[in-house]
Amino acid sequence: MASAIASLAVPDPSHPPVIAARSITKRFGDFEAVRGIDFDVARGECFGFLGPNGAGKSSLMRMVSSVSPVTSGELHIFGMDPATNGPAIRARMGVVPQTDNLDQELTVEENLVIYGRYFDLARSQCRDRARELLDFVKLADRAGSRVEPLSGGMKRRLTIARSLMNRPELLLLDEPTTGLDPQARHVLWERLYQLKEQGVTLVLTTHYMDEAEQLCDRLVVMDHGLIVAGGTPRGLIDEHATREVLELRLAASDRSGVAQHIGDLAVRVEDLPDRVLVYTPDGDEALARLRAAGVHPLGSLVRRSSLEDVFLRLTGRTLTD
Amino acid sequence: MSTPFAIRVWEGQLMTVWRAWRTAVALSLTQPIIFLLGMGLGVGSLVDGRNDAAASLGGLSYLQYLAPALLATAAMTAGSFEATYPVLDGFKWRRTFDAVAVTPIAPRSVVNGLFLWWTTRIVIGSVGVGAALVIIPSTRGWGVPVAMAMSVPVGLAFAAPLAAWTATREDETSFPPIQRFIITPLFLFGGAFYPIESLPLALRPIAWVTPLWHGVQLCRDLTVGPLTLGATLVHIAVVLAWVAAGYLACQITFARRIQR
Amino acid sequence: MNALVRVMPALPGTLRRSSRMVERSVMVYRRTWMIIVSGFFEPLFYLLSIRIGFGALIGEVTVDGSLIDYAEFVAPALMASAAMNGAVYDSTMNIFYKLKHAKLYETVLATPLSPTEVAAGEILWALTRGLLYSIAFLICIVALGMASSGWILLAVPACVLIGFAFAAMGMAVTTYMRGWSDFEFIPAATLPMFLFSATFYPISSYGGWAWAVQISPLYHGAALVRAAALGDASWGIVGHVTYLVVMAGVGLAIAGRRLGTLLRA
Repeated sequence: MASAIASLAVPDPSHPPVIAARSITKRFGDFEAVRGIDFDVARGECFGFLGPNGAGKSSLMRMVSSVSPVTSGELHIFGMDPATNGPAIRARMGVVPQTDNLDQELTVEENLVIYGRYFDLARSQCRDRARELLDFVKLADRAGSRVEPLSGGMKRRLTIARSLMNRPELLLLDEPTTGLDPQARHVLWERLYQLKEQGVTLVLTTHYMDEAEQLCDRLVVMDHGLIVAGGTPRGLIDEHATREVLELRLAASDRSGVAQHIGDLAVRVEDLPDRVLVYTPDGDEALARLRAAGVHPLGSLVRRSSLEDVFLRLTGRTLTD
Repeated sequence: MSTPFAIRVWEGQLMTVWRAWRTAVALSLTQPIIFLLGMGLGVGSLVDGRNDAAASLGGLSYLQYLAPALLATAAMTAGSFEATYPVLDGFKWRRTFDAVAVTPIAPRSVVNGLFLWWTTRIVIGSVGVGAALVIIPSTRGWGVPVAMAMSVPVGLAFAAPLAAWTATREDETSFPPIQRFIITPLFLFGGAFYPIESLPLALRPIAWVTPLWHGVQLCRDLTVGPLTLGATLVHIAVVLAWVAAGYLACQITFARRIQR
Repeated sequence: MNALVRVMPALPGTLRRSSRMVERSVMVYRRTWMIIVSGFFEPLFYLLSIRIGFGALIGEVTVDGSLIDYAEFVAPALMASAAMNGAVYDSTMNIFYKLKHAKLYETVLATPLSPTEVAAGEILWALTRGLLYSIAFLICIVALGMASSGWILLAVPACVLIGFAFAAMGMAVTTYMRGWSDFEFIPAATLPMFLFSATFYPISSYGGWAWAVQISPLYHGAALVRAAALGDASWGIVGHVTYLVVMAGVGLAIAGRRLGTLLRA
């Protein structure tokens, strides 16, 4: 894990990457949404883009989905250039956009059927696949319903079913579970896991750390249009955070001396308005040292550090929009 | 305290169209004039040369015959539009009325506020036709402002019952048929372009019971005559009956929809 | 590999993919067929109104030295205007709704369809609707005895051409629309055309202003339909057709390019 970025290139030449991006940028007028990034996605893996709002994830996804052209750099998908082979690439790819853009004028089943028709599938094939996919996303009983009355989770599942109509080799998901309740998220995760088992390459963006840890084999953290770190979820935690985090609630007068009392066990101390975070290899020992120094916290918690700590460390705590 | 709340509702409606007011005013001023140039003068030049035509128009030139009637048709168009899509918008898409329902404003005031708003819209529409009537020498007269004022109840006679209907609807599918089977036929056959005496006898009662023909006659008689007391009272009575019935229906259906 | 061959950019493929947009519209309208069927009554009402109202007031008009029944004079122009209005509605309000609110095209562009194919498909649908509507209109004209020539059958393809020209131009204009309030300008263009395109009275009535009338695309459309309805062939027809074809081509080129930049940003 010496250089996470370097490890993002897939070395094996006998399995060319599904996506290969070399210093691609996307510019809207004066604003540069994506400022030159490199990554490879290998066949069959689940690759994640993590980042706060406005980091450039969606712009990147639109470029990879071969809808929006790259401003500069080189992008190859299935070994083809989206600028010249857009239709051929899109024929082998499924896209789940950030907001559900289902066809409000059609029923649940019709949404799938017409989408299949856009891919030139035969009508009977469209109907068969629609039925099969509605079962897969547990919407078979709503086949004849309009889209509007469906719940958020149902719409999301329908959008995913729609993206699978052409049996894609590569599935792009832009924040697939944002705004869903816990049950709906878990159903979606199960389905995505099953797809991965079937050999579908998954690329997703998210700002949920648990989602990234659950689903992604590898991920990169994006901020301000750049990749700021990358690797496996565990590798990122090891590299950018400590093993444990000690969370403290302290009286105002006790706050200043924390780092001093803990000494070399405090790798980093973060002073937040509501609590103090101590990044440390050994949380219990750090707490003991603090108590020995006569500081008695109002509340304390020792936990394993998570991707969220990495994320906040890398992208900062200030709101980005 | 009902009126001040109604004015809040009216304000809300006004704000939603305020940004586009310049276009709306410019179009409502120029469109009647263009229409009168095209139909009144153009078709008029074909009509006026014929003796039997003059007789069936009661001695009026075609321009004199058509122009005042546009006050009534414009009011109908504005009223029937405002009572359909924008009202459903308030209930369903933008949910303005739902937002209002959690404030101290009562459903009764929502209806009153909408009546104020429709009145404003109809008046704006009638200004364009009124201006044309004043520009044309043969329709100029003191009856023009009175006829413009009378176009308000004519428009409300369409807006009120239709809004009461809209308040019971979940979607817009019934609006195109209303336009197609009620508003367009009344526009074409309601006595604005030619006398209803041209219609088959069996169809004339439709004109007698619906508000447009009465509105057309009212505006025409007030502008270019001849004005008779009896006929005028009947026209006003029919139009006001539609407004009153529509108002009561609105109070019932709006209260039901907002408080459900 | 098979997929790659199937999406090679060849014309038949483009046409087939464009037709998917028509398929979608058919799917939507299957449920609201009542609205389309009720559209049949609109020409009926207008034609009846012309016949029993204006016909009674005006009787006959002189066109190029010969007297013709006023209803027979106006009916073809109304048919042309209806083709214009239908195409303008389909290509402006309808397209804008799908573009800005329903995000339909965003969805479609994630599939192998290209922006030009989407534009062509939507225009194809507008033409399909226009074709059905024109046939309904023609049936009304014939049923009311307002046609005197068998050539009036050619009024249907003439109306499809009118629809094509206005749909393409309407779509091009729509790509420049910022919001719903901009649509108030559309009647500002179509109403004067409807009134001053030698629709309700012969072009000779305009005297020295006849050249201005000839700028209006609807004038050429109405003249074309009228020529078919009255069965009089003349070289003027070539001019009318050329005008409308050029308008369609320019509109389509602008619409395809603009849709591409709007959707691919």
